[in-house]
Amino acid sequence: MRIIGLIIVVVTGALLIYAATDFPAWSDPASPASTYLSPYYIEKTMEETSVPNIVTAVLADYRGFDTMFETTVIFSAGVVCFFLLRIPRREEPEIRYYRHVLTGVTIQLKEGYKIPPSADFERIDAVWTPPDLIIKTGCRILIPFIQLFALYVIAHGHHSPGGGFQGGVILGASIILLAISHDLRTAVRRMSEKLIAILCAVGVSIYAGTGALCLLLKQNFLDYSALAGVLHVDPITARSHGILMVEIGVGIAVMATMIWIYNNISSAGRYRQGL
Amino acid sequence: MIWPIDLAILTLVVIASIGALMVKDLLGAAILFGAYSFMMCLLWSIMGAVDVAFTEASVGAGVSTVFFVAAVFRTSRRTKD
Repeated sequence: MRIIGLIIVVVTGALLIYAATDFPAWSDPASPASTYLSPYYIEKTMEETSVPNIVTAVLADYRGFDTMFETTVIFSAGVVCFFLLRIPRREEPEIRYYRHVLTGVTIQLKEGYKIPPSADFERIDAVWTPPDLIIKTGCRILIPFIQLFALYVIAHGHHSPGGGFQGGVILGASIILLAISHDLRTAVRRMSEKLIAILCAVGVSIYAGTGALCLLLKQNFLDYSALAGVLHVDPITARSHGILMVEIGVGIAVMATMIWIYNNISSAGRYRQGL
Repeated sequence: MIWPIDLAILTLVVIASIGALMVKDLLGAAILFGAYSFMMCLLWSIMGAVDVAFTEASVGAGVSTVFFVAAVFRTSRRTKD
């Protein structure tokens, strides 16, 4: 089996390398992409959309339909992870453990008993290791700055590299960092499973909804110049604003999906005792 | 493009990818895959594709390594074959 696999890989690789020799040379001015496609975007992007970063304009405006389904793919990845891994909570009562926050005393309660949520006691898992103080404090200082940077990446995607995908991933990574440095229960308390699922769907809906709004305003799907009347700006600025709306939708969907996948994988679908 | 840096990073990419396939310890393979992603990110930025490099750094080297480590932590650390 390994031999067959090796032969297939070598043959496919050789074919791909052979095909790569037909590519136009690096930065060849006579190649098809450089003769009419790239010059169009380089010359027209600024005057048509008023977005300095051409990559963002192409991704979210000229090829907006493509990016919409990329977001849908990310959304489906999160949903599939949820359906495959998540084990629903058992309904029968279980032994619960609580920790008194100030003194660190752990209490075990019999089946069916529980302490109402308060600031004095926090619920912990059966196998619970206390988070290290240095890591906990360090991550607590870092996380707000990571989130601020993520918001900057989303909002500044028009002018610099970045945008919804990257910013959303960084935003999700900050919550994942919280789950790693403290424990999964702390992260889930900040972002419950229900909220994550709703945000996932809301992000995709913002993207598709922006497109549908353009359709309602008698333009093509995802033609943001239709939003000029709603936003009270000229059509060129409306395209720039439409890109921002779409990027925010992508950011929300990607952030929620990353946290969702992490929660399900790291706890094997049980939502306790994370990484 | 500065070709000595380009060549050095390309060599590291090949070494990291072969190492990720060969190593028996899955945690080591996950970390090697993270190193591979980071080297690819450097390659993208050398070629001037800064947006792609940013995506590779955040998704490839960042979050997917965490996913791999989490999956290894919940399954077994050694490969069966």
